[in-house]
Amino acid sequence: MQLKAGARLRSATDTCEVVVVRAPAEPVDLRCGGHPLVPMDADVTPQSPEAGFDQGTQLGKRYSDEELGIELLCTKAGEGSLSVGDTILVVKGAKPLPASD
Amino acid sequence: MNIAMLLEMAAEGDPERIVLGSHDGGITAAELLERSRRAALYFEQSGAKAVGYFGLNSDVLPVTLFGAALAGVPFAPINYRAPDEQLAGILGRVADGLMIADDDEVERLGACGAQHIVTKGELAAAIAEPRSGEHPFVDPEEIGVLLFTSGTTSEPKAAVLRHRHLVSYIISSVEFLGCEPSEAQLICVPPYHIAGIAAVLSSLYAGRRIMYLPAFEAGAWVRLAAEERITHAMVVPTMLGRILSAIEDAGVELPALRHLSYGGGRMPLELVERTLRDMPGVDLVNAYGLTETSSTIAMLTPHDHREAFASDDPAVRARLGSVGRPLPSLEVEVRGTDEAALPAGEKGEIWVRGEQVAGEYVGRTVLTEEGWFRTRDAGWFDSDGFLYIEGRLDDVIVRGAENISPGEIEEVLMAHGAVAEAAVIGIPDAEWGEAVAAVVVLHPGTAATEGELQDWVRTRLRSTKMPCVVEFRDELPYSPTGKLLRRVLRDELAEGVSEAS
Repeated sequence: MQLKAGARLRSATDTCEVVVVRAPAEPVDLRCGGHPLVPMDADVTPQSPEAGFDQGTQLGKRYSDEELGIELLCTKAGEGSLSVGDTILVVKGAKPLPASD
Repeated sequence: MNIAMLLEMAAEGDPERIVLGSHDGGITAAELLERSRRAALYFEQSGAKAVGYFGLNSDVLPVTLFGAALAGVPFAPINYRAPDEQLAGILGRVADGLMIADDDEVERLGACGAQHIVTKGELAAAIAEPRSGEHPFVDPEEIGVLLFTSGTTSEPKAAVLRHRHLVSYIISSVEFLGCEPSEAQLICVPPYHIAGIAAVLSSLYAGRRIMYLPAFEAGAWVRLAAEERITHAMVVPTMLGRILSAIEDAGVELPALRHLSYGGGRMPLELVERTLRDMPGVDLVNAYGLTETSSTIAMLTPHDHREAFASDDPAVRARLGSVGRPLPSLEVEVRGTDEAALPAGEKGEIWVRGEQVAGEYVGRTVLTEEGWFRTRDAGWFDSDGFLYIEGRLDDVIVRGAENISPGEIEEVLMAHGAVAEAAVIGIPDAEWGEAVAAVVVLHPGTAATEGELQDWVRTRLRSTKMPCVVEFRDELPYSPTGKLLRRVLRDELAEGVSEAS
């Protein structure tokens, strides 16, 4: 699918929801738990994540792949792993900054 | 993706956490979301095209901010200190908006042209019961917040911050629910300032309880900080000195306090050192940012402060006067008049690029084609990447063919034992175009003459940078956010020059 920054998507099989922070220029095969992500208002069929795509997502974490130029923010946690095809997106490990506001 | 999503996430992640008000009886994340949703429906049903906020800080502010976001209309906090004429101009630009106002401001707002005024009490009554309705989809490109910048000229500019700018800033700089439930932030920066908006978003996303002090007074600040076990606060330079003195006078300790961030204007070095000495357990952060950049773009961290304070190396020690390093999510460059990036050590204009950088006013963007925003601030990087701010480019004094930066002379003046505060400005001069003038405030119980301070500057810089006049005052004019109001001094001194001639 072609992603757009700001778009919100959800897992087709678990509770995970994401917002697209950075979108690649080319369409990508974005999945959660091994199944393609769907629009927020799509029907969801609860299903266990596929083997190898079951590490779960954490609320408030950013998931990215630098090479693909993709970054997602998890706005609701779930059981499946986010991936592009078979490539699992990793938690962006930015060092937290001290409060400044 | 809009700023209300940040609240939705907090309410999802820890619904029962108290995020607003007192530790005893404050509002939980889930309650704040519910109130904001009701406010959004109320705003939608009223047909408002924008929601203004006119009055002191209060718990109504976050509800109004998120309510406007959920309704998909801009939130426009307005400076209640603006003179009537300016206020009328601002209100004219949000004419189809609904104004949330303090009771005692209703009459004035009406007289200045506001059509649709709702008091905070009326809003509270309107959202006391559940409302039914749907929230619209809010595109991240839509305007989240409109801020009327003070500007140096008569007409204030309306800076546009879109949802994507503010959200990018928060998610790239704040760790979601990264703080302990015991953390609490005392906010006393004005609601119509970017710092007031960023404080709400940052605290909420971090899970830090927000406690408002409606109007700053040092004694009240210290009392509230003690009662509410405040751990974090943001202060502007004029507040910090008064707070330290109030703590001393009251003989109290603030054992919970562990983090102070400051910004908004030049903090006197001795005040930073005094804070590090008096409160060794408190982390200090110096933040540099602008309205147009969704708040902070560079910061001097607690570690940077302690390292510089402990160092004998003058170059490291000097960092206490810097604003630290740019945030990792941004690019910051110092460029010359030919717009080429300058190497470390050379002074120029600060340019910034990144996802949080809006660089837009109503009706026009000021970003370059490559997405850079020119800050109009003068500064330079040291060889370790620490950024030093020299002041506004517009404040540069042009004496003959020489460009003189007021910041450098002010620093030298403040290094004099008797000088507490200093402002250097350009005044009209028949021979040179502009001449250097200084206005200083002396420490109580000290003395210095004009000639002594002139010599002090001349021997440390050079004769062209020596103020031709030094005025002594009891205080300097500052904006509520701690910015030195040079324009006021320029006008006053220029008047003095024309009267004398």
